[in-house]
Amino acid sequence: MNRFDWLPGFIALLAEERVTILHSDPIRLAPAHCLHLDAEDWGRAARVASASGYRWAGLWGDQLGERLGIYAVLVHEGDYLVLMTEVPLQAPILASHTPYFPAADRLERHLHDLLGVDFQDHPDARRWTRHCAWPEDVYPLRSDFPVGGDSPKRAPADVDYPFERILGNGVYEIPVGPVHAGIIEPGHFRFQAVGEQVLRLEARLGYTHKGIEKIAVGRDASGLARLAGRVSGDSTVAHTWAACMAMERAAGVDVPPRALHLRALLAECERIANHLGDIGGICNDVGFAFVHQQFGRLREQWLRGNLAIFGHRLLMDVIVPGGVCRDLPEQWESIIKPQLSTLSRELDDLLAIIDDHSSLEDRLVDTGFLTAERAQMLGVTGYVGKASGQDFDVRRDHGYAPYDGLEVHSPCRTQGDVAARLQIRADEIRDSLNLINRLIQSLPAGPIAVDWPQSVYSSEGLAVVEGWRGEITSFVRFDEDGRVARFFPRDPSWFSLPALEHLVLGNIVPDFPVCNKSVNISYSGQDL
Amino acid sequence: MQKILRKIWQTGTLTEAPPAADEIEALGKEVKRIIDQRLGGSLAIRQVDTGSCNACELEIHALGNPYYDIARFGIHFVASPRHADLLLVTGPVSRHMETALRRTWRAMANPRFVIASGDCACNGGEFGSNYATCGGVSRVIPVDLHLPGCPPTPNDLMRGILALMRKEQPQ
Repeated sequence: MNRFDWLPGFIALLAEERVTILHSDPIRLAPAHCLHLDAEDWGRAARVASASGYRWAGLWGDQLGERLGIYAVLVHEGDYLVLMTEVPLQAPILASHTPYFPAADRLERHLHDLLGVDFQDHPDARRWTRHCAWPEDVYPLRSDFPVGGDSPKRAPADVDYPFERILGNGVYEIPVGPVHAGIIEPGHFRFQAVGEQVLRLEARLGYTHKGIEKIAVGRDASGLARLAGRVSGDSTVAHTWAACMAMERAAGVDVPPRALHLRALLAECERIANHLGDIGGICNDVGFAFVHQQFGRLREQWLRGNLAIFGHRLLMDVIVPGGVCRDLPEQWESIIKPQLSTLSRELDDLLAIIDDHSSLEDRLVDTGFLTAERAQMLGVTGYVGKASGQDFDVRRDHGYAPYDGLEVHSPCRTQGDVAARLQIRADEIRDSLNLINRLIQSLPAGPIAVDWPQSVYSSEGLAVVEGWRGEITSFVRFDEDGRVARFFPRDPSWFSLPALEHLVLGNIVPDFPVCNKSVNISYSGQDL
Repeated sequence: MQKILRKIWQTGTLTEAPPAADEIEALGKEVKRIIDQRLGGSLAIRQVDTGSCNACELEIHALGNPYYDIARFGIHFVASPRHADLLLVTGPVSRHMETALRRTWRAMANPRFVIASGDCACNGGEFGSNYATCGGVSRVIPVDLHLPGCPPTPNDLMRGILALMRKEQPQ
């Protein structure tokens, strides 16, 4: 099978629907393919793509003088197709993709709040990222908006957001957050419940919005890498890698093979650390303290290994544009090898214990069920998708170096419940251990970075990586001075949050924490 | 059950500690001594994330794992600010959390302490001050101690709590 085998067929379908393709460009955002469409045809193109069963994977806008460039990403058979169009800044009106791809809902609202694109026939006209820190008719990402903002006054609480309500006998509402009872990120959840049963859950995020897209503008390459590393702290490796890959594609920089191997090593270490924490967390949320403590212990040991090998417990700032900033220390093999064998052995013990506990099974099996159809419709990737029959992994299906040279295994299950999401994590830890073994066996010699070129002019790049949470896409455009003009990192949380709102329905309110933990979205990664 | 018992037996007490764990032991004992003296035996912490990237939260969580287990030093995290002695704030204070942070702080009983934890909480960090962030906790509420780090490690956090306990009076 060759890449983009299906594209001529799709283009023919578009022609049948009288969609005008102004330009078909395999180079601009390679290896993704760009189709430049007439703005009039934006909605129809989405309808055709939806009918063809493609996955919708992201949206961003980019101000180009007096025009706004709009980009939407579609995925099919591991190939990335970028639809793009332009609308005038004075009248940025465009058809919505949401009627055809529910996944587009919040990203379109985000784009409206930040850049002022008016999506016609969007089923939900409410704001999303905007609270009360800037007025309704002002768009922070536009170039005439000052980065420091224009209202020095205190931002009041966003108390008027019109949540949908269910009315009826015995139906009541539970507001939760943004300040939660535990140590978690701030967000608001509005439950409509009857008795113990959840009838509706609506999430409201945006509390951690910190202007990442705006403050990226004007940075140099290494500054952007540092910022990308803080889009979502638990995915610092994945986001930094994605941003660096996008910048390297834009600048035409070839990363040395050893650096690519080290990046993959970092990414797998990050995956393992997070999955260890989550397995413990899921068990903790149903009161199984033993597993929580044991996995907390394993995670801590793993983080100490990270510190010893890479100099940072969470692996921040190790990936830099052009490579990585530190090589393995001399004694790395004596640290990592025992760690791998210990973890592998301990997992066997602990997963057997998890398996043995019917009381645990009672809480996790059938809890928070997400159907395969819903998962596909919402475009969910990572462990949430893989537990609901979405057999997709960027490392395997859109092979990027060094994974394209390794056989990557990706688990997939169809049960769709909390238990399946826990099991996928366990499977992924095993696969990552296996990958790490192969990565260190085949570690190439040579330099760990190349110098960042002095001259990077007006170019752009799109990168996709498999973070521990799922597929991350990252878009970077440099201006004529080689400074960042646009950065848009798209975390998988954009799609797993709507999945959470669905999978919790019909469950009892006290099971929400375990459902939530099993999805574990990054609020920061979504709020930007 | 047998497997659990066997695992507990095999795991043993985590005593053959790496150097860092010795430090947590020493720090913890000193913190406990002061908590006993000044706060009647317990320090209740309310943590608020005001827009952190969530790395700070991961390390705060780690304080509860069996290596640190700070509950043994009299420190625990509480769900309500009304039960808290200390407000542990992370993040650059997004403007969308500004009012929530102020309200949380107001809900605490006096005397109350505030730690701005992590580079962002200290001065805005990587995000600085912009249209969406206030650029540090002290721009919104009074701060007793600034604890830098990206993110502060569990040991850093304990050192910060100790430094705070050694200070004379809360604000």
